[in-house]
Amino acid sequence: MGNASSMLTQYDIEEVQDHCNNLFSQQEIVSLYERFCQLDRNAKGFISADEFLSVPEFAMNPLSQRLLKMVDGLNFKDFVAFLSAFSAKASKRQKIELIFKVYDTDCNGKVSFNDILEVLRDLSGPFMSDEQREQVLVQVLKEAGYTKESYLLLDDFIKVFGNSDLKMEVEVPID
Amino acid sequence: MGSCGGEQEMKPDSSEPEADRPDVRDCPPPGSSAGAGDHPTPKLLLHDLLDVSSALNEAAGAIVDDSFTRCFKSNTPEPWNWNIYLFPLWCFGVLVRYLILFPARVIILAMGHIIFFSSFFSVHFLLQRQRVLRGKIQRFLAELLCCFYVASWTGVIKYHGPLPSLRPNQVFVANHTSMIDFIILEQVTPFAIIMQKHPGWVGVLQNFIMETVGGICFNRGEAKDREVVGEKLKNHVQGSDNNPLLIFPEGTCVNNQYSVMFKKGAFELDCAVCPVAIKYNKIFVDAFWNSKKQSFTKHLVRLMTSWAVVCDVWYLEPQTRRPDETAIEFSERVRDIICARAGLKKVPWDGYLKHSRPGPKLRERKQQSYAESFLQLLEK
Repeated sequence: MGNASSMLTQYDIEEVQDHCNNLFSQQEIVSLYERFCQLDRNAKGFISADEFLSVPEFAMNPLSQRLLKMVDGLNFKDFVAFLSAFSAKASKRQKIELIFKVYDTDCNGKVSFNDILEVLRDLSGPFMSDEQREQVLVQVLKEAGYTKESYLLLDDFIKVFGNSDLKMEVEVPID
Repeated sequence: MGSCGGEQEMKPDSSEPEADRPDVRDCPPPGSSAGAGDHPTPKLLLHDLLDVSSALNEAAGAIVDDSFTRCFKSNTPEPWNWNIYLFPLWCFGVLVRYLILFPARVIILAMGHIIFFSSFFSVHFLLQRQRVLRGKIQRFLAELLCCFYVASWTGVIKYHGPLPSLRPNQVFVANHTSMIDFIILEQVTPFAIIMQKHPGWVGVLQNFIMETVGGICFNRGEAKDREVVGEKLKNHVQGSDNNPLLIFPEGTCVNNQYSVMFKKGAFELDCAVCPVAIKYNKIFVDAFWNSKKQSFTKHLVRLMTSWAVVCDVWYLEPQTRRPDETAIEFSERVRDIICARAGLKKVPWDGYLKHSRPGPKLRERKQQSYAESFLQLLEK
């Protein structure tokens, strides 16, 4: 595993960089590759759900099950592409797209009332009742000019997050 | 041993360097980032509700790097031999280590075992009546066997501080890097040990050692065992004839750079707790036993093919539980002492997470803070 980085050629790295729109430096890719190999304990070329859950900090995240559906079985290129939304160089649009994907589990390009409700359920767990969640959501949607029946599109998300700062930045440790 | 004290994990520790602190602190709840009251646009509320960025950020941070995995990462030594002058030297070293040192060490170890087992059985059958004498001799034999083990990897071990005395009502707790911790400590003092049952030849040897120095075997996974062990612990510590008890409260091997949560079992016994700090010098070999990747036999072979195992052991001042202290607070205090001496970084994780998934407690803490912030939105 110590030699993992030597298995990546300059060509490989450039290919991965290309795949993630150059949002990571070459050094960062090398670090991510070491991490990928560390998590991919059985060296299958992808990280299984179980391997992700072996990281307790990930397993205890309220959204972990939801995220698993997005990251389960990714190869290294797609793994980097997923993480590239967390690069400091990533555009705001890319970050919003990722958030949108968290809500849009069936990937049909629109987020329904129930989609949001499910995320809320993941986030608040047993500490809110279903009625409370619905109540909050109905009220908030109403104030923003939407109804229970309306679907939110990616553009709506971009509008909603329009003038606020998203704190989505993860530093890749380089040793 | 005690249950995984979930209440303990959340305590942020200000003394840790930022990079090594895991993200267990509560994430800022979505409502808090924008003081929702004084913003004119109503859309802000929807924004707060939909903003899952902090949870996402934590998840991605954990995927990229996490302090738990760091605790169990073996350190591969920097290659130093890729140089025309050094390479022949290195090759020569390899030859010496594998062709001279290793066979010699195997012979030493084999001799040790032959001496141990032959004397053990002869004493066992010849001195059946004189139990006290038999016990003493067998105890000595166990120490001798440990000496052979230490010699088999040319252990260069410096013991600092006063050597432990044999008296009741004390337990020794040490940080844990490998099973060789026990051998190194046992070489000097006949500790009774509490340890996980091992399979194979290690298990057989374990049984013999247990029989001579006393001790408690248990299975990590079984909750029933924990209760039984707790009882046995109490009885053992109070008995005046017993060897002092040695406990590795981390419950698992850590790579000697970090320290995981101490189980509270050892700190509930109402007796003096004597901290022992063990620090390995990684100059020749990393003594961390990564039991998931390596069998103990392979681990021993790795140690036996290295030049030497260099190690410092500090016997630190005994601590007693203060009247206003809970067992968990006490265990943290002792952990601080050991970590400071051995230069370990503290992480709040339970080492048993290596074998199991975290319980719902930690997740619920986070969910609660989210729920509270949502309910605040509802009130407005």
